[in-house]
Amino acid sequence: MRWRAEPRALIWAAVFVAAVLIALNLGALGAVVWRAERGAALGAADWAAARFTVIQALMSAVLSVLLAVPVARALARRRFWGRGVLIVLMGAPFILPVLTAIVGLLAVFGRNGLFNDLTGLLGLPPIRIYGMHGVVIAHVFFNLPLSVRLILQSWARIPAEHQRLGAALGFGAVARFRHIEAPMLARVVPGALAVVFLICLTSFAVALTLGGGPRATTLELAIYQAFRFDFDLGRAALLALLQAAIGATALVLLAQFTLPDGAVSGLDRTAPAPPGGMARWLDGVSITLAALFLLVPLALVVARGAPHVWGLPAPVWLALGQSLKIAALSVVLLAVMTAALTLAGLQRRWPEGLGMAALVASPMVIGTGLFIVIHPVADPTGWATAVTALVNAAMALPFALRAVLPAARRAEADFARLSVALGLGWRAHLRLVLWPRLRRPAGFALGLGAALSLGDLGVIVLFAQTGGETLPMQVQRLMGAYRTGDAAGAALLLLVVALAGFVVLERLIGGKNADV
Amino acid sequence: MRSPRFATGMCVATALVTVFVTTLSTALHAQTPDQPPELRVLTYDSFVSDWGPGPAIEQAFEATCGCDLVFTSAGDGAAMLARLMLTGARSEADVVLGLDTNLTAAASASGLFAPHGLSPALDLPVAWEDPLFLPFDWGWFAFVHDTRRTPNAPGSFVELIASDLNIVIQDPRSSTPGLGLLMWIKAAYGDEAGAIWQGLAPRIVTVTPGWSEAYGLFLEGEADMVLSYTTSPAYHLIAEDTPDFAAVGFVEGHYLQVEVAGILANSDQPDLAAQFMEFMTSDAFQSVIPVTNWMYPAVTPADGLPEGFETLLRPETTLLLSAEDAASLRDAALSEWRDALAR
Repeated sequence: MRWRAEPRALIWAAVFVAAVLIALNLGALGAVVWRAERGAALGAADWAAARFTVIQALMSAVLSVLLAVPVARALARRRFWGRGVLIVLMGAPFILPVLTAIVGLLAVFGRNGLFNDLTGLLGLPPIRIYGMHGVVIAHVFFNLPLSVRLILQSWARIPAEHQRLGAALGFGAVARFRHIEAPMLARVVPGALAVVFLICLTSFAVALTLGGGPRATTLELAIYQAFRFDFDLGRAALLALLQAAIGATALVLLAQFTLPDGAVSGLDRTAPAPPGGMARWLDGVSITLAALFLLVPLALVVARGAPHVWGLPAPVWLALGQSLKIAALSVVLLAVMTAALTLAGLQRRWPEGLGMAALVASPMVIGTGLFIVIHPVADPTGWATAVTALVNAAMALPFALRAVLPAARRAEADFARLSVALGLGWRAHLRLVLWPRLRRPAGFALGLGAALSLGDLGVIVLFAQTGGETLPMQVQRLMGAYRTGDAAGAALLLLVVALAGFVVLERLIGGKNADV
Repeated sequence: MRSPRFATGMCVATALVTVFVTTLSTALHAQTPDQPPELRVLTYDSFVSDWGPGPAIEQAFEATCGCDLVFTSAGDGAAMLARLMLTGARSEADVVLGLDTNLTAAASASGLFAPHGLSPALDLPVAWEDPLFLPFDWGWFAFVHDTRRTPNAPGSFVELIASDLNIVIQDPRSSTPGLGLLMWIKAAYGDEAGAIWQGLAPRIVTVTPGWSEAYGLFLEGEADMVLSYTTSPAYHLIAEDTPDFAAVGFVEGHYLQVEVAGILANSDQPDLAAQFMEFMTSDAFQSVIPVTNWMYPAVTPADGLPEGFETLLRPETTLLLSAEDAASLRDAALSEWRDALAR
């Protein structure tokens, strides 16, 4: 059923974005394959890497999302002092540079960490974080915040009419879950699982550092090694294809389970009061535990970095400028891509699948492929800013679409009939119906895009030249130059800027109630 | 009707992107003629870092050469070689700086390098004759410990295996020191290397992707010792005034890392490149190395080594596999390592 003819320009814009994304993914992989020698094959070690990759990603995804559900529910229905700040801060681990986050986690779970101090006081034997469980803990630390935010947004979109009806019918916790919450979760959980699974699929430094040895080799590491250690482009491409196939399979499988988001409708009323008693107590426990798990390592990162921030050397501040420039460009690109694919995705499915594609591709392959493509025509170093911004935008696009597209489809399901009946044109529909309902998720999406771009240490490493360093690069370099203190300071600066960028954009675009 | 239009649009859009990219790159490439000649040096990331030797060396060379010295960086030594293989003869670099003896066999085989034609007197613990590559610094791999935390350090791999100490090492597949340790144990123990790795496995807390992660974990107290260089304590002593860090001497001897540079055969500035290679073993370059790269200079500067370097461990036995041996033993040594640690 088509409500109204879409403007031609919109379709073209979506097609253009699609072309860029396809060129970025397939083009980069194609370039690597083109440069490869023939006769690559995967060995037993590669299949072991594939197995480890899938198992750790699966465990991380399931655990992150499972734990996120009670936290999101608690945050959705409780109002308390500092709630907004807590939600923002709890999102921080997701944008933390990997190395910094690992240091924070080790300060809690490491050999001399707080956790072992505690078990020592209780007379228990110390725990060792290195191994599969360490990798999963770290991935949950990174991805629980994202899962909470995605589910929280969905919770906030449960039509108040449903809750009022539930309350009027005297629903208990079980009935409420079965009739109101479970259908909503069925819509959001597969998507959240897919996103976290795909993030963990390309995990590299976390898996190796906390995995404890070559058992914990992921496919991304194998790709990196094929490039760097064996200079075997054919094997790298083959591994990248395997990784992409796993990612694509996960996406397709989860898409099968996702219910279409048009089945419920409501009209933006206020919700009834949340249940008290036991539920209230449980919510409190959920929020406290999640906050402890996420904020204690964060607090330790802040404590380690704080004494060094003011004394940071000039190159770090210059790098901050470069990072902000790239992030700004990246956010603009992300906004264009998200808008085009969301609007085109209201009535068809391909924009959504395409938008997820960037998470399937290996960052290492994209970077190397772009290098191969650009090098014959131009000096790649001159392209560092543009390429990094574009790749960052493409990498943030799946998160942006996850946040914006379901909201857009809900708004369309709820109000399209009314809007058509009133004879609104496309522009008026966009301004009066879609925008007010999309600005909150859009603010979240672009804020996230900015933060991710600021913290990214991906393709820039392949392209950057003296003078074009970004802040994450400088953190890395400080660590490489024994300057652990300054590195901690620079990492804290990065965290503060990324978080500030996130909050500012979210408020600016999302309006003042943006964090719901 | 929708899908054909989609396909057409896709083609047009891709064409547009290509045209845009090509135009822009041509525009960017147009250079003004009166610029000084440019010498491009491809090196590893920590060399060009603001805390590495790069900035001081750039300044010193530009003062004499009447040229513009541009450093491009690519991760570490191995990533640099990969970059070079990727760009092949089209590489815009004139000089490559920062390969080590584990990489020079592959680099020579690529046929991309030209002889440097220099034979300066070098202060290396081993004799050096390589027509393509000239050393600029070197160092011994060693385990570093904090003497306050672990006063009793083991004196050999065997003692380390028998101890209850924890070490953190780097992955040989993604890190230069990691590969150095692989070669160290291979050079010291030959066919017994696999058994040594099996003995070491329980002592290894974790294997990190690179040097900085490992060193960071060690400083955080996650491990008693870390694989690094005999010169690492010099940083803590000179830059931080902390005399508590020390490298541990192993009776098996210590494996050597020699970092070298070479001229690319396709350089469009061969004279400038040769001038840079000569400059590389001069005082102006070499005196920067000890306190920025924290390695031994290939030619000891006239003023000697900085104060504090005399306190460092100087191993009695130096181990180093030839470039050919290192290349041919690498894959077998790696499987021994993987088999021992994957248990």
